[in-house]
Amino acid sequence: MDKSINSKKFHLNKTTRSNLITYGMVIAAYIIVQILVNGGHVTSLMKGLLVPLCIYSIMAVSLNLTVGILGELSLGHAGFMCVGAFSSSLFSLLMLETIPNAGIRFFLAILVGAASAAVAGIIVGIPVLRLRGDYLAIVTLAFGEIIKNVVNVIYLGKDSRGLHISLKNATELNLEEGGQIIINGAMGITGTPKNATFTIGVILILITLFIVLNLINSRSGRAIMSVRDNRIAAESIGINITKYKLMAFAISASLAGVAGVLYSHNLSSLTATQKNFGYNQSIMILVFVVLGGIGNIRGSIISAVILTLLPELLRGFNTYRMLIYAIVLIVMMIFNWAPALIDFRKRHSLKRYFSKNTEEKEAS
Amino acid sequence: MKKSMKKLAGLGLTLAMAAALTACGGGDKTTETTAGKAAETAAAGETTAGSTAEGTYKLGAIGPITGSTAIYGQAVKNGAELAVNEINAAGGIGGVQIEYNYQDDEGDTEKAVNAYNTLKDWDMQMLVGTVTSAPCIAVGAESSNDNMFQLTPSGSAVDCAKFDNQFRVCFSDPNQGAASAQYIGEHKLATKIAIIYDSSDVYSSGIHDKFLSEAANQGLEIVADEAFTADNNTNFSVQIQKAQDSGAELVFLPIYYSQASLILAQAKQMGFETQFFGCDGLDGLLTVENFDTTLAEDVMLLTPFAADAQDDLTVKFVTAYQEKYGEIPNQFAADAYDAVYAIKAAAEKGGVTPDMDASTICDILKVSMTEISINGLTGENMKWSADGEPDKAPKAVKIVDGVYTAM
Repeated sequence: MDKSINSKKFHLNKTTRSNLITYGMVIAAYIIVQILVNGGHVTSLMKGLLVPLCIYSIMAVSLNLTVGILGELSLGHAGFMCVGAFSSSLFSLLMLETIPNAGIRFFLAILVGAASAAVAGIIVGIPVLRLRGDYLAIVTLAFGEIIKNVVNVIYLGKDSRGLHISLKNATELNLEEGGQIIINGAMGITGTPKNATFTIGVILILITLFIVLNLINSRSGRAIMSVRDNRIAAESIGINITKYKLMAFAISASLAGVAGVLYSHNLSSLTATQKNFGYNQSIMILVFVVLGGIGNIRGSIISAVILTLLPELLRGFNTYRMLIYAIVLIVMMIFNWAPALIDFRKRHSLKRYFSKNTEEKEAS
Repeated sequence: MKKSMKKLAGLGLTLAMAAALTACGGGDKTTETTAGKAAETAAAGETTAGSTAEGTYKLGAIGPITGSTAIYGQAVKNGAELAVNEINAAGGIGGVQIEYNYQDDEGDTEKAVNAYNTLKDWDMQMLVGTVTSAPCIAVGAESSNDNMFQLTPSGSAVDCAKFDNQFRVCFSDPNQGAASAQYIGEHKLATKIAIIYDSSDVYSSGIHDKFLSEAANQGLEIVADEAFTADNNTNFSVQIQKAQDSGAELVFLPIYYSQASLILAQAKQMGFETQFFGCDGLDGLLTVENFDTTLAEDVMLLTPFAADAQDDLTVKFVTAYQEKYGEIPNQFAADAYDAVYAIKAAAEKGGVTPDMDASTICDILKVSMTEISINGLTGENMKWSADGEPDKAPKAVKIVDGVYTAM
């Protein structure tokens, strides 16, 4: 409603209006959920799912920046999430006593997670983004696996003499009596404070949207998209291809890092497994992006929410839910993207909307 | 045209999303009520069977029944189900029947918390789970927050029993590592030891680390310490070669049986004949499909449960399990079976009634768990301390002629 008022009063252009709808959608979903939670209509399962929904929405938006806007296929996005998760979790545990205020500590942890993921993104990006074609996909895939495996062999402990690190095993740390092992190899990090809340998650989604949507509509964003659309043409008019590619990639990585921070501060046990930071997860996020529409930020959020909820809502089917989930996924992909069905939808289901729209336009 | 279409599609999806949110709230309630009705009918059925108390206990369980660790979760599911059925047939806990609900966590921390929340929506009163360690730690943070009694059959990492509402049936990883080193040292099995372990696995590296520190106390020399990860766990020739070259007299395998079966086969091919020693993860070795059991000859393992032990309890359990599920139970099934009986004993000891809420039950069970002593499949006179650790003796078995033989 407010959008139509906006459009009447300020004659907002198409993109601004579209962006406002995206923000409005997130805020509306937040308000609806808050009302339902306060009214006691939401089950524990749903309450538990609210933060993961935010995490995967942020992941989908951030990957869409790489895949949709930059036009490069990244298959290691969960690796950046992993970097963000572990670095921020480490920060939170180290600062547990130094910064007793949970709010400030978590805020700093988010910054730490975003920064370290961005650094990882730049490190991977510098050599790789100079390449063309599918190389980025392959290298990011490898990167994701490397991160996961490296994290699995890091042992890090703290005692009065400071920090100790080992890549072999916990006994190599030679901790003093009372020393605390923080990263315990494959056992990961346990005891991360549970600071992530739905409100913080939604705020982070809004910030993510703000960054990504503004980037897309900025001068840099247009440069990035020109690189995507025609590299040679972009180069010929003096656009520094590597710079803009790296910019998009680093921002995308740091946003994935933010999602990782939320992830690690939502669960008290953080391990890097195939399931959460492996390529399965990366591909799952790519599925969110593809289903929501490559380059369509709003679609990414919606599909991330639907596809994260779906397996949990199917719990009633027990082990069949995996099968049903896969079938639903196929049906949704076909419904959304099969050319014949796109025609069908245009001809039939949206007809009524069209007529309403014309009425609206006439009225205004 | 196109943009307004998009806008409307977006709005429609928002509405659909909101509808989905409310729908799942409502949907869950309907399933709850149907579950409740089922409970009532079940309870009604029981009254005819001679039970006196009203209501039922709601016992939840969590573990992986899909994914790479599904085999353990499935065993726990079956083992606990068997125990619940037996208890119900014998009149229930203090005359009250048990309702049992098992949720899948796919071996993932996030899914485990979702599973826990699903069970909470079902009004679970006591929890058996979770099966694997990392999910157990994640669920532990939630259950301690809710003050929900949690007894994990097989979560062996130290932090699985961190909070006072958490107990476990199995040994902790460090316990197993230390016990293995002590056993090898005391029985003078070998002095030069090679280790092959899975550095990406919590269970394996937990045992490994403690074994290393305890080995030094026992005068054992670690001549080779070789790791593999979940991503390359099919070819072990490098690790075996190193172990062979180091002149190890004994190879310690703190790993699960599926990899161990490959290691044994590959070691045989490479002509490396030595003593192999493992922990409870090796239980199940003899049931691997297409595995030549002669390869496992003389393998020693430290396990609290052996499926072919001849005591009445084990024989009864194994027969019932085989009849129902068509396979030989492993240690996970036995742990789960014991877990349900431990809850029964503790609940009866503490005088729990089914109309109590989860938190009240938890407060009672926390105390009564430390007062009970049960004879289970995985140990006689099992007792629990307030920190959640079980007190039972590890048993070493050796595979002779294709069967476990107590040592």
